[in-house]
Amino acid sequence: MSDVPLGVIDATIRAATPIGLAAIGELLAERAGILNIGIEGGMCLAAFAAVVAGAGSPVAGLMAGVLAGILTASVFALFVIRLRAQQVIVGTAVSMMALGLSTVLNRVLYAGLSAAPQVHTLPPMRVPVLSALPGVGQLLAQPLPTYVLYAAGASVAWFLYRTIGGLSLRATGEDPSAVRAAGKDPALFQWAALVVSGALTGLAGATLVVAQAGTFTENMSAGRGYIAIAVVALGRWTPAGVLVGSLLFGAASSLQYIVQAYGVAIPYNLTLAAPYAVTLFVLAALRGSHRAPARLGRTIDLPG
Amino acid sequence: MTRDTPRQAGLSVLMVLAALLVAAAILRSAGYDVTGAGIALWRGALGSSSAVISATLKRATPFLFLGLAVAVAFRAGVLNIGADGQFLAGGAAAVAAGLAMAGQPASVTIPTELAAGALGGAAWAAIAAWLRSRFEVAEVVSTLLLNMVAVNLVGFLVRGPMQEPTHAYPQSGILPHSARLPSLVAGEQLHWGFIAALCACAFAAWSFNGTAAGFRAKAVGLNPSAAESAGRISVARVRAIALITSGAIAGVAGFSEVTGVTYALYEGLSPGYGYMAIAVALLGALQPTGIVVAAVFFGALNAGADAAQRDAGIPAATASVIAGLVILGVVTTPELHRQFRRDS
Repeated sequence: MSDVPLGVIDATIRAATPIGLAAIGELLAERAGILNIGIEGGMCLAAFAAVVAGAGSPVAGLMAGVLAGILTASVFALFVIRLRAQQVIVGTAVSMMALGLSTVLNRVLYAGLSAAPQVHTLPPMRVPVLSALPGVGQLLAQPLPTYVLYAAGASVAWFLYRTIGGLSLRATGEDPSAVRAAGKDPALFQWAALVVSGALTGLAGATLVVAQAGTFTENMSAGRGYIAIAVVALGRWTPAGVLVGSLLFGAASSLQYIVQAYGVAIPYNLTLAAPYAVTLFVLAALRGSHRAPARLGRTIDLPG
Repeated sequence: MTRDTPRQAGLSVLMVLAALLVAAAILRSAGYDVTGAGIALWRGALGSSSAVISATLKRATPFLFLGLAVAVAFRAGVLNIGADGQFLAGGAAAVAAGLAMAGQPASVTIPTELAAGALGGAAWAAIAAWLRSRFEVAEVVSTLLLNMVAVNLVGFLVRGPMQEPTHAYPQSGILPHSARLPSLVAGEQLHWGFIAALCACAFAAWSFNGTAAGFRAKAVGLNPSAAESAGRISVARVRAIALITSGAIAGVAGFSEVTGVTYALYEGLSPGYGYMAIAVALLGALQPTGIVVAAVFFGALNAGADAAQRDAGIPAATASVIAGLVILGVVTTPELHRQFRRDS
């Protein structure tokens, strides 16, 4: 009987991993004043890259995903930072392009097959000693990206609050002219944030393939990129908050496992809608976005 | 929207051509017969009067409504990314009304369906407006989440309370003839929703530039703090009204689609129309006349993509790649730059 709660926790951690990875990346970008809703498409394109390269090995799949994520984020960065275009609109366009491209390439490459091929998935990595504990021990055997998520959360927290670079990045999202007055280029911090964010988004997409499904399906990101954006607001723009937020969303998504395990008569589609509704509810309960970076979503004014 | 307009129209056309060329290059490198696809695209979209009427203009209809819906919100500086969800809410409400009114004459049923669609879309957008005014939740986030909720709710409805009587398929019952929009040209698939959409655009053209409400929305979109302090306009109120109006128009798009094309509710009712509508609105420079041109272009693009898939095996998703490229092309034009520089 104790297997069911553990199963639910495991499902929670599993669902939280790709969302958390994308959300930690998005957090960095948003702290630098950039709202990138293109991560939905970036995630899907990365998932496709992962299935192509994953034929070699799961690690190659992860790396291909990261590259695809960086590439997508760089296109976004080019338009938003260099060409100073409106962020939400560029994000929508990049999302549509990347989603469409992953579908088109999937049809092109695997035209003769009924679906994308199966790839080997990453084996679970056991935490030494602790994973031998009865009960909870079985939760400490997760695939690599899950550990990367919590390590990334800790690194980003250290970077944002304990380094000069992190201070400048946060200042870019609050008052870019102050960064410029300090003799630094705010655009540089935005570029850096977006490249790292792209890498994490790519890792999130690759995780769906090489750590979870083992194959690619069209529109595989299924709104997870959008959820990651909501999770950043849910986490009050802090790394710890984002990790808690993604676990909360993961728990809401694992509702469907509870339903299956206990045979509760809730229609399947309602359990699919629940995580989004819960996220909205919590956002409202936390009183929305008044702690957002002051310049979030706005193009930096030209000097002078 | 003054002397830059012809220059911008020229730029938009150039960007569309560039997007088509890029897409052709991608497909060619993937080994597709690009010439054959181009011919299929042309035939499917514009090759005959039947292609224009039954394919292009029929597919342009939701884009007319939805492009207008997005423009109404964007002009007031509200980033409504949720036209997709509002479209589904309107479609679901219209089908529910149409099925409930079986046996009534069309003169009663169709106006009721129209009202239900508008109310459904407005109510769905009102959630986001309420979350904004009461809880400070940004519209970008809430409308995106509400899209996901709407898709899954429709999935639930068509498998539960609204499933067709035999309970075999995930879709609603079929609307009776009295609950369908009549066709505009005998023997063709174009329906009266197209005319309604054109009327909506004409009405918008007048209200955007000729009414106090249109002016207030524009002032809020261009410079909210100036509108608040100098114009004594309640920015929060204008934004909420713009968002709910935008939702109502998107809901009417849902009404038009279910009563004019599908005659039933099902999960895949919107293959991302709400997101493509952002491209339509921007390509049309947030102006009704521009939106008409852009919507017909998107109708032709989708009709052509259907034909290219059928005849040359080109994945129809190519249309969304082209749409994305087109947005990137126009988003750097000076007019839009001015529109969105101040606030988002």
